[in-house]
Amino acid sequence: MLGLILFLIVLFFAIAAPVFADYENEAIKQNVYEKFAPPSREHLLGMDAYGRDLFARIIFGARLSLVISLTTVGASMVLGCLIGSLCAYYGGWLDAITMRIVDIFLALPMTLMAVTVVAALGTSTTNLIIALTISMIPPFVRIVRSAVLQVKGSDYIEAAVAYGSKDMRIILTHVLPNAIGPIIVQATLNLASVLLSVAALGFIGLGVPSPQPEWGTMLAESKAQMRYHPWQVIIPGVAVAITVLSINLIGDGLRDALDPKLKN
Amino acid sequence: MDSNLLEIKDLCVQYKTHNGTVYAVNGVNLTLQKGETLGLVGETGAGKTTTALSILRLLPDRIGEIKSGSILLDGEEITKISEAEMRNIRGNKVSMIFQDPMTSLNPILPVGQQIGEAVLLHTDLNKEEREKRVDEMLTAVGLQPSRKNEYPHQFSGGMKQRIVIAIALACNPELLLADEPTTALDVTIQSQVLQMMNDLKKRFNTGMILITHDLGVVAQTCDKVAIMYAGHIVENGTVQDIYESAQHHPYTVGLFHSIPEMNKDSNRLAPIPGLMPDPMIRQEGCSFSDRCPKCSERCRREKPGNYTVSNSHTISCFLYEQGDADKEEI
Amino acid sequence: MEERCSNQPILQTKELTKYFKTSRGLLHAVDHVNLSISANKTLGVVGESGCGKSTLGRTILKLIEPTSGEILYHGVNIESCSASKMRDMRRKMQIIFQDPYASLDPRKSVKDLIADPLKVYGVSKAEREDIVFEIMKTVGIAERFAQSYPHELDGGRRQRIGIARALVLNPEFIVCDEPVSALDVSIQAQILNLLMDLQESHGLTYLFITHDLSVVRHISDEIVVMYLGVVVERAPSKELFANPLHPYTKELIRAIPIPDLKPEHKLIHSIRGEVSDPIEPPARCRFAPRCNYCTDACMGCQPALRDMGNDHYVACALYDK
Repeated sequence: MLGLILFLIVLFFAIAAPVFADYENEAIKQNVYEKFAPPSREHLLGMDAYGRDLFARIIFGARLSLVISLTTVGASMVLGCLIGSLCAYYGGWLDAITMRIVDIFLALPMTLMAVTVVAALGTSTTNLIIALTISMIPPFVRIVRSAVLQVKGSDYIEAAVAYGSKDMRIILTHVLPNAIGPIIVQATLNLASVLLSVAALGFIGLGVPSPQPEWGTMLAESKAQMRYHPWQVIIPGVAVAITVLSINLIGDGLRDALDPKLKN
Repeated sequence: MDSNLLEIKDLCVQYKTHNGTVYAVNGVNLTLQKGETLGLVGETGAGKTTTALSILRLLPDRIGEIKSGSILLDGEEITKISEAEMRNIRGNKVSMIFQDPMTSLNPILPVGQQIGEAVLLHTDLNKEEREKRVDEMLTAVGLQPSRKNEYPHQFSGGMKQRIVIAIALACNPELLLADEPTTALDVTIQSQVLQMMNDLKKRFNTGMILITHDLGVVAQTCDKVAIMYAGHIVENGTVQDIYESAQHHPYTVGLFHSIPEMNKDSNRLAPIPGLMPDPMIRQEGCSFSDRCPKCSERCRREKPGNYTVSNSHTISCFLYEQGDADKEEI
Repeated sequence: MEERCSNQPILQTKELTKYFKTSRGLLHAVDHVNLSISANKTLGVVGESGCGKSTLGRTILKLIEPTSGEILYHGVNIESCSASKMRDMRRKMQIIFQDPYASLDPRKSVKDLIADPLKVYGVSKAEREDIVFEIMKTVGIAERFAQSYPHELDGGRRQRIGIARALVLNPEFIVCDEPVSALDVSIQAQILNLLMDLQESHGLTYLFITHDLSVVRHISDEIVVMYLGVVVERAPSKELFANPLHPYTKELIRAIPIPDLKPEHKLIHSIRGEVSDPIEPPARCRFAPRCNYCTDACMGCQPALRDMGNDHYVACALYDK
């Protein structure tokens, strides 16, 4: 519940951002004279290193951060579920070959993979999403596969085969709903990593193209000022933390809500 | 033989769970002499395992609680002794074996070591003497001592259960609690294990409480029988009382009628309708009243006491309140 | 037992075999089994763990692919059926499982569980509702449990759900894989009665798999005793118990603890050793290592089933005269 409320607040700001601030003038336009200005009535959270309104950058940044992370996790989850459940259900050479490929991907550091993809495709938000999604699919495949393997052996799956249910139907109506628990947990964990990955990529110039505000990039950019202007790091950091926390809480709640054993 | 090996008086045990309190055992009275075997019979939820666990104080921490009653082992009250003293009793004076041999053994230790552990904990024997004891126990349960360095997975289900019995009897306990020891085994292996338990029992003069739902097993191994339902004992007697007397608690009658018989043909069985009552609800009146074919108004209001039908035979049912005045033994 | 004019048995297996590949060799789970079941009858398959009875049941329904042999349903070999034809056949051939806890999808309500097979075959929602409630009544589940989940119900009720689910497609033939083994004695009796009632009212044919001899005697017309994947004896129910021929059958019957104190029923254990390895079994009678009557003749090959008259068949060298 708390998670939901927090998340809705974040979402609200993200969507309603233009109401609170002017994108061009505040988030983007640099104003050297006002750099590092402390919070004031006009600029609620003060200014950043380039004289941009921090508050404006945060709330506009919310949009990008949310879009990137949710899309990435969503897409990788769906694809991961598909691949993982097919592998687990059918086994055999499909499983063997796919899992070896997945193992190779898992051995590569996620950031490195994302770097490779972005370097190949070019720097843009869309490419960033593609890169991160690709790197996020293997862990999902692993989790989904083991959850499905566990469910697959159950009698009730055999029963469904016995009354003539087709494979795809069994996977969608029986297997996945029962395997959803660990998948949701993994999804929420991945959300945090995505946000941070974007930052990492931003740090080396392969992230969201400047000067678009985005929390991860803001974190990277302000790392250098940490000693004298800690707020520059703390504020986007807190924003990330709150969002990730809210999503984790939602994930827990969702997992429990979907478990009929906890229903009364 | 005057003093009882085990005496349980008015034992009440509860489980405090999230959803409420489970009244698992409600006033159980039992006695057992040295070398005697008591069959504790009942279905799932009757409270048999809870009773046994209470004797060894193995109830789940914080959830299970002996609410009231006393348990006397060799005349000594053990419900209130310290944990250290209790540990001294477990495996030493009183041992317990459980239903599933697959999970009762540690998969990463050789079986000889597992048998030896009990001996190590409770005796002062040196290494050589311990090994000898382990060999003795393995032979006693029908396994070769040369196998003592093998691991549990190298043995079959029946053999594993025999190893479990060897561990339980390693320190020559006075009392053995066996919780459905043969239920998970094939019937031919069951008869092997039961025969072995009978022999060992005689040899070591061990008292035993055998928990089971199988009336056939009880007939073949027990001296006394107590039938449990919804947390208390509804009928108690010698094995002759239970199998040969004409007087029984209606639940006992129902149990016997639920078993398809090997020697008779019958078209349909006469099962007891309904289910055991919810142990989270305190029952007013007799707990069997909902399912009893002989239930009366009084049964629903009042709890029956324990009525003596013969020297050894008691039944907890109003039908027997007068004693055996109007019923004849066949 | 009345003689029915059997045109053709409803189910037949010919040399049905299932071997599993393991790292140590082929595991002979089911070895050249020949069976036939007539309509409205119950064939009991009895044996201990590892005898292959569960594998047999699942192989007959092609839930496990047979290694070789034929499965004839109404004379038609389903071994060679296409996947879609097989799906059609599945309407007529159902299974009830042993474990009432594992055989139900924990995320579906009672109503959904029973309705699922109907959904698979495209039955309309309204019709589904009607059928489900009727079946619930037939098997004795109160309407108020329609929205309950399996974990909220006891073993007996869950097993009734399993039975309801098997019945909902109006099958002819049901494989009952130890359907009462996991239940308490009084619930067992209730479910056995239910199965027998349903057989009469719905004209069902059962393959009843169990390890419990007293249960199988009660419910079966004919019984097949299995040991390490082969059929060692086959006879009508009463005949098998009155006159057991195979040494293993005799041991099995003798090992059952009888609930009375008669001295002639005292349990004497006489079978020695343990079940031998089902992987690459040597060519000899499977029971030979444990048999008290074993002779040289037994060590040559697994004896074939011999007709002893009275529909009684036994696979033992002792009777090969």
